Amino acid sequence: MAETAADKQEMQKVAGPWKEAWRGFRKSKVAVVGMGIVIFFILLAIFGPLFTPQGINEQNLSQRLLPPSSDHWMGTDDFGRDILSRVVYGARISLWVGFLAVIGSVVVGSILGILAGYYGRWVDTIISRLFDIMLAFPSILLAIAVVSVLGPSLRNALIAIAIINVPNFGRLIRSKVLSIKEDEYIMSAKAIGMKDNRILVSHILPNSMAPVIVQGTLAIATAIIEAAALGFLGLGAQAPSPEWGKMLADSRSYLTNAPWTMIFPGVAIMLTVLGFNLMGDGLRDALDPRMKS
Amino acid sequence: MLHYIGQRLLQLIPVLLGMTFIVFMIIRAIPGDPAQVILGQQASEEAIKALRTSLGLDNPWYIQYFDYLKGLVTGDMGDSLRTRSPVSEEIWPYLAATFELSLFAIIIAVVIGINAGIISAWFQNSWFDYTAMVLALIGVSMPIFWLGLMNQWIFSIELGILPTTGRENVRDPINNITNFYVLDTIIQGDFNQLATVLKHLVLPGTALATIPMAIIARMTRSSMLEVMRSDYVRTARAKGVKMFWVVYKHALKNAIIPVLTIIGLQMGLLLGGAILTETIFGWPGIGRYIYEAIGFRDYPVIQSGILVVAFIFVMINLFVDLLYGLVDPRIKYD
Repeated sequence: MAETAADKQEMQKVAGPWKEAWRGFRKSKVAVVGMGIVIFFILLAIFGPLFTPQGINEQNLSQRLLPPSSDHWMGTDDFGRDILSRVVYGARISLWVGFLAVIGSVVVGSILGILAGYYGRWVDTIISRLFDIMLAFPSILLAIAVVSVLGPSLRNALIAIAIINVPNFGRLIRSKVLSIKEDEYIMSAKAIGMKDNRILVSHILPNSMAPVIVQGTLAIATAIIEAAALGFLGLGAQAPSPEWGKMLADSRSYLTNAPWTMIFPGVAIMLTVLGFNLMGDGLRDALDPRMKS
Repeated sequence: MLHYIGQRLLQLIPVLLGMTFIVFMIIRAIPGDPAQVILGQQASEEAIKALRTSLGLDNPWYIQYFDYLKGLVTGDMGDSLRTRSPVSEEIWPYLAATFELSLFAIIIAVVIGINAGIISAWFQNSWFDYTAMVLALIGVSMPIFWLGLMNQWIFSIELGILPTTGRENVRDPINNITNFYVLDTIIQGDFNQLATVLKHLVLPGTALATIPMAIIARMTRSSMLEVMRSDYVRTARAKGVKMFWVVYKHALKNAIIPVLTIIGLQMGLLLGGAILTETIFGWPGIGRYIYEAIGFRDYPVIQSGILVVAFIFVMINLFVDLLYGLVDPRIKYD
């Protein structure tokens, strides 16, 4: 039987939710620019270090604090290290911390959120109160508390950032689970005797994912800033790591005679964070049905 | 309303208890012997033992926690290990400095943010709208510590018009009465000193204000756009009310509620941001107090500093919640 134009149109209409979301996402130029920035930095993080002009810790004391030039596009720092090479490598550290910390908080937050939302009662009370308490601290302060216990290092900063973001995801998933739980398809799954954990894994989890993806993208932006902030305070990455926040902290002594040591790591942080923020905003418009016109 | 306030205060109890427990655990969760960690590897056995006793680390944890709570209720936050003076006495000047900075920042953020949002919505899709919103987007993504350094470089080092660090001119210190220097100079009628104090506030204040300003501007714009489409705004315009009054009187009244939520949230976040700003600008506030304590492993100060900031954060959130009812009579508390 020949396909009519109407059939084709019908098929396009039912092109899965992800495809539909992608179509919505593409409509926003700003979001696409954001995604472009993010992809650029991801590629930079993966392949950049292969092409950098110098090693990240290669010191050349005769070339200290040189301004940007054709040899050193971003100038050199107080040890004569090439700033471009360090900024490029720094992308790897920041993205790594951003992704890993957010994955950590999504996993833990999801587990707690699902338990609270699905089982309710005292499980919910305990978990929700825990979230309330954690959210009662300004996040950077909680991160500082965690690092002051574990000791300053990049790994501990990552753990701290993962911990402070858990309640955000936990609450999100919990509320999503609460609304899905009453849906008819979950009722029918229960009625045909499906076990709780199977319902959770194969129905509730996938259906809660859209807001998590949106929140996750925005959380990567915050995580990158938080990691840089901890690095800046001397509580995250330690010397000689080319972590962007740490580089900014080191640049403070040279503001007067070598401001480029401060400008470029900062631009890198801002652009990466901007990219994730723009992309997250676009994803929210595309994936969150409440925002759709 | 009273019933609601009571309910909210009751709900606060477990949160406050939880907060104190987390803060209490900071020192106890240090891997190994906390007293050893605080004093370092070279410390003698007697010194370690003495510190352990003075911190009460010898008792079972629930007795320690109960003692800690008892201390807090009576206003005893322990002594600083570095200065040996009670934290509850030491903390106030720092707290006042942070309040002054945060208030200054939130005023800048609210005044500029709300007006930028209103004008953007009023002249939607104009060049002003685009510029303001691009700036707001950049502002949201701005690492505050980098912005602080950029401010320092441009306005202090290159242009030399504003001081780099501190709260006052060290050679001509302020006559301290309330620890709020703006207030102190006004009380004393010393307007030269007031100008100096305000000059010191500008750079850290604007750095701290940037992110809240951007967020407030974005929120105000979207909230105003929604309200401007409503029937009552059209009616007001049809009656011939001047556009300025339609925007600032009729529309703003309803658009401000979600903005208020955001402002409340931002006030809390400012306290977190203050730690970074204060470090850059040598501002003697609570953030710097905590930061320096970390360097000295001065755990009683770290604990109390974090607890006090978190407590204020919770109180601001509660206050904002209660404020809604006053601003929007449609909100009913049951």
